[in-house]
Order: sequence, then structure tokens, then C-alpha cells
Amino acid sequence: MADVLPWLLYAGAGWIFLAGLYGLVTSRHLVHTVVCLSVTQSATYLLLLAVGWTRGGTAPIFADIGRHRRVVDPVVQAMTLTDVVVGAAMTALLLALSVQVAKRRGCVDPRLLRSLEQESEEERGRPAPGRSG
Amino acid sequence: MRRRLPLVLGAVGAVALAVVGVRAFLGLPGAGEVPHPYAARAVAAAYAHTTPNAVVSVTLDQRGFDTLGEEFVLLAAAIGTVLLLRRLAEEAHEDRPHDYGPEDVFEAVRLVGALLLPAALLVGGYVVLHGHLSPGGGFQGGTVLASGLYLAYLAADYRTLERLGPPGVLDTAEGVGALGYAAVGFAGLIGGSAYLANDLPHGVWNSLLSAGTVPVLNVAIGLEVGAAFVLVVAKFLEQALLVPREDGDDGGDRDATAGEGEH
Repeated sequence: MADVLPWLLYAGAGWIFLAGLYGLVTSRHLVHTVVCLSVTQSATYLLLLAVGWTRGGTAPIFADIGRHRRVVDPVVQAMTLTDVVVGAAMTALLLALSVQVAKRRGCVDPRLLRSLEQESEEERGRPAPGRSG
Repeated sequence: MRRRLPLVLGAVGAVALAVVGVRAFLGLPGAGEVPHPYAARAVAAAYAHTTPNAVVSVTLDQRGFDTLGEEFVLLAAAIGTVLLLRRLAEEAHEDRPHDYGPEDVFEAVRLVGALLLPAALLVGGYVVLHGHLSPGGGFQGGTVLASGLYLAYLAADYRTLERLGPPGVLDTAEGVGALGYAAVGFAGLIGGSAYLANDLPHGVWNSLLSAGTVPVLNVAIGLEVGAAFVLVVAKFLEQALLVPREDGDDGGDRDATAGEGEH
């Protein structure tokens, strides 16, 4: 019974990953897609922290605890920090791309978006105003 | 078929993931009890450089070169976001009325925002400067600093935000932060050792001026992260507030916009 917790942590990471993946697959809105990608990525935070977790360990900050106190693994915590920062940067960039897609295509449903080439061929057939210059 | 395609691909991927994932999870060490050899070494290295916060010691000292890459990922993403969300000439619409933000904010919100702005800036600065002693650091403190500036937006409006953090100043802060991190690394080279080596005096355990280059790097990161977050969120606000929405007419007007966009 005592060993349920570590597997619960791993299972939680897997569950969050799958929930995000389901959202990605069934997404009908680009902002929703980006948020689902963030959810999927947040599974890695839990996985990393679960790997570094030590039973009875405290935060690896030795300002007010002794040298030999049992602490959780600081290496994976640092990796989680990197993960969070890169995730935030990626989310910002993807949301900016979504704004551009919405402005250019007037459509934010990933299933209805076509490739760039198809769209420009469609447009070539039409006399679009403001393209004479 | 096209509607089904993502679901089919997703199902195939899910089955493959289930097979690989279950195998991988079964191979994981049981968490909690196993010895962490890297943790013991990282803590010893943190003690050697008088850095009580072992996580920050790993991030900025032991793995400082990786964090340099991470910081440039952030810089590149911020530049990309600002570039993607720049206001194009045809979107300026100077003849149309703009909404510069919530003019009709409750007085209570304005008051709380104005009161919290200095507190948020103080806490942000504290978290950045004490990153090597207590939980925090440049990344965390930088976001607190950035959220402080957004209190100004809540309390006043977009123009106030622009006045508090003019884009030119923020661009410079972002660049100086990123360059500062790299420059600290070169200082190690000039000092006769490796790039990003922690060669500054390590100071007294648990004091503000200790841990060598770590607080310097934290300040550089705090500057860059704070500036990046303000710039990026300001660009999103600008899109929402300054660019008039074209609702309802996805016919001819959209084509015109798409056509103009190609110039």
C-alpha cells in the first residue's frame, strides 16, 4: 500500500498527457489547440517531479536546513523550470501564429484550414481588390 | 474523410503510445526511495559555490550553458511573437475610433491596482535578487515584475502601460538581459577559465552578495524575462484593443484584407 503513491504520480502524468492529446486531436479552435498542447506538456512537469521525488524529502534549498537533510532531486527541478519557460515561450509564439491565421484566413478551425498553396490558387482565380499595385 | 483524418491518426498514435508508454512506465524506477546520485553531487557542488538554493545552482552554475540556450529560446520566441503581432500599415485604421482599454474600470480596481503596483515591483525585485538564497530567481522574479506592469494596465489603461514601459526601453532591456548573460560567460573566459565558469568570489554562506556569478545571471535573466513578458502581452493587448475587429463579414472584406496583406 505504501508504494501506491509513486505509481499514482506516474499515472497522473500519463493521464494529463492523454487528456491533452485527446483535446489536440478533437480540437475545433486554434486557441483550444494551443491550450491542449500546454496541458500535454504539463504532464512532463509532473513526470519530472515524480522522478525527482524522495520520500520525506524537503525543498533543496539549504538556507535554513542542515547539510544532510533529505531533499528532493534539484536536477530534475531545474529541468522542470526549463520546461516551464520553454513552454511559456512556445505558447506565446503559437498564440501569435493563431492570431495571424485568424486575420489572414478568417478561420480558426484546424480541420478547415488548408495548406498555403491551395489557398493562394483559390485566390488567384478571383480579382481581389487592392492587389493591382 | 477529412474530418475523420485527425481522429484516425490520433487513434493510431494513441495505440502506439499505449504500447511504448506502458513499457516505459513499467521500466521506471519506483519513485521516492531510489538513491539520486546526481542530486547528491548537485547538492555538493551547490555547497562548494555557497549557493543555498540548489535548484538555482543547477540552473545557473552547473548547467549554466544549457540555460544560455534556454534564454535564447525565450528571446527568439519573444522576437517572433512581436514580429508576428506587429501592426501593419493597413491595420492602423487611423480614421476609425480606437478603444485604448477599459476606461470604465471600477474605482476600487484602480485603487487596488495602484496600491499593488509598487508592491509587485518590490516583490519581483526581491525574488530576482534573492534567487540564490530562497525559492525564486530571474525567471520567477521577471514574471512577477511583468505582472506588476500589467496592474498598471488594470488600474489605468493601455496608454499608461506604454508610458510605464515604452517599447524602446523594453526592447533594450530584453537585449541587455540576453547579452548580459552571454557577457558573464565571456568574463569567465577572460578570467582564464571556462565559459560561464563561476569564478567570482563566492562570499559568505547565506548572504546577499554570495554564490559568485549566480546573482548577476539572475539579474540578467530577470531583466530579460520581465521585458519579454511585458512586450509579448502588450502585443496581444494591442491586437485586442487597437486593431478594430471585422465581425460578420467574412465575404468580400476578408478577401480584400488577405489581398492587402500580401504587400
